[in-house]
Amino acid sequence: MMRRPLPPAERTAGPVVVSGVSSDAHTWNLVFLHLLIEECGHAVRNLGPCVPPDLLVSACLDAVPSLIVLSSVNGHGHRDGLDSIRAVRAEPRLAGVPVVIGGKLDVTGELAPERTRRLLDAGADAVCTDDTGVHRLRAILASRPAHTPLAA
Amino acid sequence: MTAHPSAIRAPDFGPHVRAVARTGGTVVQPRMGFTDPARMRAGLRAVRACRAATVGTITVDSYTRVGDLAAAAAAVGDDTELNGYPLLTHPLPVTRAVLADVAGMPVQVRHGCATPEAIVAGLVAAGLSATEGGPVSYCLPYGRTPLTESVEAWRRSCARLARLRDDGVRPHLETFGGCLLGQLCPPSLLVAMSVLEALFFCQHGVDSVSVSYAQQVDHAQDVAAVRALRRLAHELLPTEDQHVVVYAYMGVFPTTRHGARRVLTDAARLAAAARAERLIVKTEAEAFRIPTIAENVAALEAAADAAVGPGDPVVDVDEEHRIHREAATIVAAVRDLADDVGTALLRAFRRGYLDIPYCLHPDNAGGTRGYVDDRGRLAWDRIGRLPLGGLVRPRQGRRPTAASLLRDLNRVRDRADGPDAAGLPPARPGDALGD
Ligand code: B12
Repeated sequence: MMRRPLPPAERTAGPVVVSGVSSDAHTWNLVFLHLLIEECGHAVRNLGPCVPPDLLVSACLDAVPSLIVLSSVNGHGHRDGLDSIRAVRAEPRLAGVPVVIGGKLDVTGELAPERTRRLLDAGADAVCTDDTGVHRLRAILASRPAHTPLAA
Repeated sequence: MTAHPSAIRAPDFGPHVRAVARTGGTVVQPRMGFTDPARMRAGLRAVRACRAATVGTITVDSYTRVGDLAAAAAAVGDDTELNGYPLLTHPLPVTRAVLADVAGMPVQVRHGCATPEAIVAGLVAAGLSATEGGPVSYCLPYGRTPLTESVEAWRRSCARLARLRDDGVRPHLETFGGCLLGQLCPPSLLVAMSVLEALFFCQHGVDSVSVSYAQQVDHAQDVAAVRALRRLAHELLPTEDQHVVVYAYMGVFPTTRHGARRVLTDAARLAAAARAERLIVKTEAEAFRIPTIAENVAALEAAADAAVGPGDPVVDVDEEHRIHREAATIVAAVRDLADDVGTALLRAFRRGYLDIPYCLHPDNAGGTRGYVDDRGRLAWDRIGRLPLGGLVRPRQGRRPTAASLLRDLNRVRDRADGPDAAGLPPARPGDALGD
């Protein structure tokens, strides 16, 4: 797993957006991440599976997230994730929002370094594909200000 | 369009499986799909040649499943390995050539698509006539397509398949309702969904059907569930041409060789004990990546070996009756909502008579939850508005945490990977893969 320093947290911290990528239907990963992130003290907007890049961007503009967590396990994540990250990075209003991607991102069981590199070059802040991924995500969450939900 | 005139037509899927199962025991089948046509062709040949009674599979990739044919074409163009065969991307003559060598072995297309008209047209054009899914089970677990659209699309797809009979072909449909999200759904809802989808197929003119059930967390409960499924299907489906198909575990899979083999062996024993005509296997690569041809062949042969021999004599009859009663109650409540099964399914989801645990789809009410009880069996934690009020007493436990969810999800994996594998039989000596 590789990473770059995260951009500073926004002052007004929104929820964490959890999302699948366009061709991936798996949801247990999303349910798990949703619970995990909430338990770390953050509100979650879970967009569900099969989220195309334009839907991801519009949902993020709506949610003003403090962090975007992309998950894919169907083996197409190295391509679909790239499309998602590029779309987010092409939107100036989401410029400061870090993006983390993880799961099983290709069909070989071992993501090639150049595929990781491409995701990072496109603007991912962390690519989590091994056992340490969840610890890494926890650390990232701990470094973000927890979202205070509006009075329920 | 008629089947390719020069092609030798494979026997019809349903009658073939039933005939083989009557004499030779359980028919085994892989979940196999490769991007490269040459590899797909080699895979089908290997399945036909292996030491077991097999039928073939073409598993379709996820781009084709979600209708993103541009992405499938781009991936084929730059030699990216996909998670299945891009059926609508390779030219038709290429797909026909993939199948030409194995004429004589029925081949089924497995595709996970809520709006499968194009895939059905593609498989028919390639000379095939068997596929799987259903308006619910290929919609709610497989993306964001609204259920109403899926029901419409499946009506049209069934009608297209049914027209094959004009050409003397008997099209076959298998429900995926016995799997849904693969884990943490109590058996009665799986059985009910499977039967409801088979009723839908029959109502739309496809009356060669198979009803599915995916292996869950407890062998005795599974045997009871498959027996209940067979009984309910016999009682309710208006066709003789029906059979039962068991799926080897569809949830989080063991990561060790011996663990994967234990779960597969258990699935084969389940199929034998409950006299399922067909078994779909999983390989030792399941937890990590798309399996190779050799891994598929090894799994097919190991499963076929384990499925021979006497079925389990002990049946938990109480459990079988309980599952049958719950499933029959759900099916009856749904059927009461409309004569048209598709309409009834839509109303049932709107009212919460059908409600799949842990399913994030917007058309799912989200009021139910399953869990693994003290005895290690699947049970209801919450039943929402399922019509099971008088029949089950849900636990009404606390909301799961990330850790408790993982514990339930990983249970089968950890038990099988562990050295003692409590409750599971030891792997048989002489298994093809050994340890
Ligand atoms: C359950 C399951 C299904 C269910 C899914 C139901 C649903 N709606 O979720 C069903 C049966 C429907 C299904 C369908 C398919 N599946 Co599936 N499925 C599985 C299975 C068995 C378990 C997945 C699971 O539930 N895991 C539980 C969750 C909690 O764990 P997880 O997803 O592994 O995620 C963990 C980590 O990866 C990590 N993580 C995940 N994302 C992220 C993100 C970040 C930021 C971080 C830090 C960590 C992280 O955290 C989690 C906890 O440790 C796996 C194999 C396995 N693992 O045993 C295959 C598997 C994922 N499926 C696979 C495939 C290919 C498919 C299909 C395309 C069919 C096919 N061709 O075989 C379709 C999907 C269609 C589509 N459009 O995408 C492949 C993927 C191959 C690959 N990557 O190389 C697998 C590995 C099986 C295999 N070996 O072939 N599947």
